[in-house]
Amino acid sequence: MKVNRLTACGNWVLDRFPLTKLWNDHMAHYYAPKNFNFWYFFGSLALLVLVNQLLTGILLTMNYKPDAKLAFDSVEYIMRDVNWGWLIRYMHSTGASAFFIVIYLHMFRGIIYGSYKQPRELIWIFGMLIFLCLMAEAFMGYLLPWGQMSYWGAQVIISLFSAIPFVGDDLSLWVRGDYVVSDATLNRFFAFHVISVPLVLVLLIFLHIVALHEVGSNNPDGIEIKKYKGKNGIPLDGIPFHPYYTVKDIVGVAVFLIFFAAVIFYMPEMGGFFLEADNFIPADPLKTPEHIAPLWYFTPFYAILRAVPDKFAGVIAMFGSIAVLFVLPWLDRSPVKSIRYRGGIFKKALFFFVISFFALGYLGTQPATPTLTIFARVFTLIYFGFFLLMPIYTRWEKPKPVPKRLTKSFSMEGFVPEVKSVIEEMTIEDKGFVLFGSSEFKRKPNPEGIRNVLFRLAKKIKTSLE
Amino acid sequence: MKTLSITILLLVFSLGVAAEESMDLQQANFDPEDRASILQGAKTFVKYCLGCHSIKHIRYLRIAKDFNIDDKKVLAEVAPQGASIYDQMHTAMNAHDSAKWFGVEPPDLSLISRSRSADWLYSYLKSFYTDPSKPLGANNLIFKDVGMPNVFWQVQGEQKAIFTTEDDGQQVFDKLVIDKPGTMTEEEFDTMINDLVNFLVYVGEPVKLERERIGKYVLFYLFMFLLLAYLLKKEYWKDVH
Repeated sequence: MKVNRLTACGNWVLDRFPLTKLWNDHMAHYYAPKNFNFWYFFGSLALLVLVNQLLTGILLTMNYKPDAKLAFDSVEYIMRDVNWGWLIRYMHSTGASAFFIVIYLHMFRGIIYGSYKQPRELIWIFGMLIFLCLMAEAFMGYLLPWGQMSYWGAQVIISLFSAIPFVGDDLSLWVRGDYVVSDATLNRFFAFHVISVPLVLVLLIFLHIVALHEVGSNNPDGIEIKKYKGKNGIPLDGIPFHPYYTVKDIVGVAVFLIFFAAVIFYMPEMGGFFLEADNFIPADPLKTPEHIAPLWYFTPFYAILRAVPDKFAGVIAMFGSIAVLFVLPWLDRSPVKSIRYRGGIFKKALFFFVISFFALGYLGTQPATPTLTIFARVFTLIYFGFFLLMPIYTRWEKPKPVPKRLTKSFSMEGFVPEVKSVIEEMTIEDKGFVLFGSSEFKRKPNPEGIRNVLFRLAKKIKTSLE
Repeated sequence: MKTLSITILLLVFSLGVAAEESMDLQQANFDPEDRASILQGAKTFVKYCLGCHSIKHIRYLRIAKDFNIDDKKVLAEVAPQGASIYDQMHTAMNAHDSAKWFGVEPPDLSLISRSRSADWLYSYLKSFYTDPSKPLGANNLIFKDVGMPNVFWQVQGEQKAIFTTEDDGQQVFDKLVIDKPGTMTEEEFDTMINDLVNFLVYVGEPVKLERERIGKYVLFYLFMFLLLAYLLKKEYWKDVH
């Protein structure tokens, strides 16, 4: 058979580069557990957001000017005079927040299913390094629009370094390149934001994935699928990542993009959470805003910082709240991985941890009044309690027996009849029930049914916590 | 354990109570699709505000394009004399002088509607009152001791603030009353301020209407994409049990 030119060219490359092997190792012959649920979308979504940030970021640098005199106006120039500049800028600003939402959910998945536990400790550590990098990236990127909040947020955070004894003042001077945040700071933050940190970030993500593919993915049951292999050496509960999870992730991408686009096109400021109102005022070194708050994704840590009375101790607590996550694999002494087979104490502890994280996030956006500071202290204690008491309570509790093979995975379709029956229970038939003045419904709410459903839900939550 | 859980839950619920609320604002009735109102606001802006405040991030050309009006009409009806269609809306006042006269340089108002809300602007512009103790003879309820004079006194009339004295000797604001009527009725004045706020909201983000228009198509496409992606996934996964 005669090979055509194109195939010949392709073969020439394949003879010299292990493309087929790479593809097979990481996609077509990479076996992933078949029971991934929706929590497992967030890894691939994080990659998608990263690509979005890189592409829109490159486009933004083409018109952005890293100069204290020009930066603010150049952003507005992008928003108004550059063709589609507003879309690119909103994609980048919304993408920053989306990155953190996706990463927080990705980390939470790791915590509930014990994905950080042996043998995946290194994946978790790479992941935490990525999280640190991301925080640095977001912090430096936020200075670039050179608005009031950019400026004063950077001023406050960099001044934290000066709390370090002996070297503090010199260190913060070295970071800023000036006695206050200024043009020098803006320039170096720009350099870090567009070159150094993204390079490190991409490298770490590469390591994160290589480490993951070495030991294989965890799953909602927390069972090692490699223990039970078929005659061909393929895990019995594994399916090839491609095409199964590639097509499944595309569904996740579509759902994510719907939310993403809804924010970009209809609420790019997200009520001041994604773009703060004060950041539409150009930076003014002589006018401190009444209330300085970082963007929402830093507020839990900012609240911890302010909860501690001493500045240096506060800085240590803030960094400690992130550092403690690094040692999570060694704090958890439970023999089981997944929350499905853990005892009730862990579930309760996790529940309070989530509440304290949200509460701290809210408190970080508020001015530090004496009452709110007390709240912040209590929630800071709960935050640290979750981690530092973990070696004790995970040893206490009695885990449930873990099955040998994966349990049946829930499918979203499976919920449809269930949801339907619950709705039917909560309503009774009534012709022409009018709601909101204009819409007519065939059924109306049934108080008794709603009460029953709520009681059942409360009971279910209670038993699941036991 | 139970008491601990309940304490923590109570803590969370009491958080909402601890948060404080500030002063009431009047509601602006702005409508980004009301072109006549926005154009009227633009005229008001040029007449009353452009003397001191720039809106350097908008060009007259942009107004003409966004509202589908002829360039010449914008130059004749909105822009001050001698402006070119490509000009940004700069004030003619020297920043150095204005800083000396008013204490601060009057800020550029391109993004004022995004740093302050429309309601804030509406309330602020309506809340000037005569205060002889101030260098420019006026004070403001929303922005106390602001360096800006009441530029609308001729049309609004002279507004006075009535304060009542509390038992402990503290002065508490009661209400604003028009002392000497201006050339406009109260309703006419409200409409004028509303148009002006409408214009400032437009200037804050001229692309807003366009982005909301495009958004519908993007979301429609994404829902179609979701449907196809879901069907594709279902087809591939039908042999996984």
